[in-house]
Amino acid sequence: MEIKVYGSGCKKCVSLADNAKAAVEDLGVDAEIEKVEDMAEIAQAGIMSTPGLGINGDVKVKGRVPNADEIKELIEAEL
Amino acid sequence: MIKGFADLVVYNWLNFSPETHFGEAVHFFVYDTVKIMLLLSVMIFVISIIRSFFQPERVKKLLSGKKLFVGNTIASFLGVVSPFCSCSTVPIFIGFVESGVPLGVTFSFLITSPIVNEIALVLLYSIFGWQIATLYLVSGVTVGIVGGIVIEYLGLEDYVEEYVYQIEMEEEEIEAMTWEDRIDYAKHQVKDIVGRIWKFVLAGIAIGGLIHGYVPTGALANYAGADNPFAVFVGVLFGIPLYSNAVGTIPIVESLMNKGVAVGTALSFMMATVALSVPQMVILRKVLKPKLIGIFIGIVGVSIIGVGYLFNIVI
Repeated sequence: MEIKVYGSGCKKCVSLADNAKAAVEDLGVDAEIEKVEDMAEIAQAGIMSTPGLGINGDVKVKGRVPNADEIKELIEAEL
Repeated sequence: MIKGFADLVVYNWLNFSPETHFGEAVHFFVYDTVKIMLLLSVMIFVISIIRSFFQPERVKKLLSGKKLFVGNTIASFLGVVSPFCSCSTVPIFIGFVESGVPLGVTFSFLITSPIVNEIALVLLYSIFGWQIATLYLVSGVTVGIVGGIVIEYLGLEDYVEEYVYQIEMEEEEIEAMTWEDRIDYAKHQVKDIVGRIWKFVLAGIAIGGLIHGYVPTGALANYAGADNPFAVFVGVLFGIPLYSNAVGTIPIVESLMNKGVAVGTALSFMMATVALSVPQMVILRKVLKPKLIGIFIGIVGVSIIGVGYLFNIVI
């Protein structure tokens, strides 16, 4: 599974990455978390308000920081 | 009611005398802290509900294909209500340009959005009344409209980094929100924003309290009153390094105005704290070439100073 955290590195983006990491560890799934900081790539993914969360190429959340439980549900839906 | 509470805490429980400068400063601090924190929480909640209807994706759709003037005006008003933090400035800029929103219309949005901070607007209303709040709103929106139109007329498309024009964005869906989602979002915003800015607000209130308690009334009228043509300039220069918190500057402005600082000077100072900041320029550098950043600073700076003079003359 491929998980992407989109954001330029502000505090919200860091907490989203932390929550995603916690969710992956809790579920014990095999997933790689990639941080996307390049603005062009962020925009290309269709994200106008950061941070954003992508799972397997789909943007699931943008403009807010979901907690670990919500991310777990999103990951489980993809399994 | 809040004043009664502050009287009770400061004069009865803590036993400060209302006759002393220190007692007066502490009273200002307690009163303003309770008042501003309550107002902030309620207002952020209400405003976030309104904002949940104007996510950037929707704003982009509303603006694409809009002509000059009309487009600038709509963009400038949307800049007031649309939610975004400064780290989203670049993706928003790219998104607008990519979907064919004219550069000047994009700038109207980008200029007004930081200048007119809706939380600052509500606080201004509750502290100074509707006249000053309206002045702040109308002048901020006007600066955005005029700034955007000037940028459009200067034809500066070549000063946007080339890669911006090459990006093709994925067609995004606008997340449908239920009322439950909106209320959740608003609660979250209150926690997030108050959690982030309370330090600045307290620092602002403390400084305001000291000015309130120690500076005699009318002391600043000579230096920063409506008669001094340089005061607006100095206010803007002082405002730039104080970046990030229009809300934190309000208690300072409140006590300065009580001591004789003119309204226009205070407004320019507040606008400069948010609209002309170094971090914002560093972010914009990712999409704009230095010349366009220079023009942006020039237009916004001149407009803010103009607003200051206008209000000092009119009021």
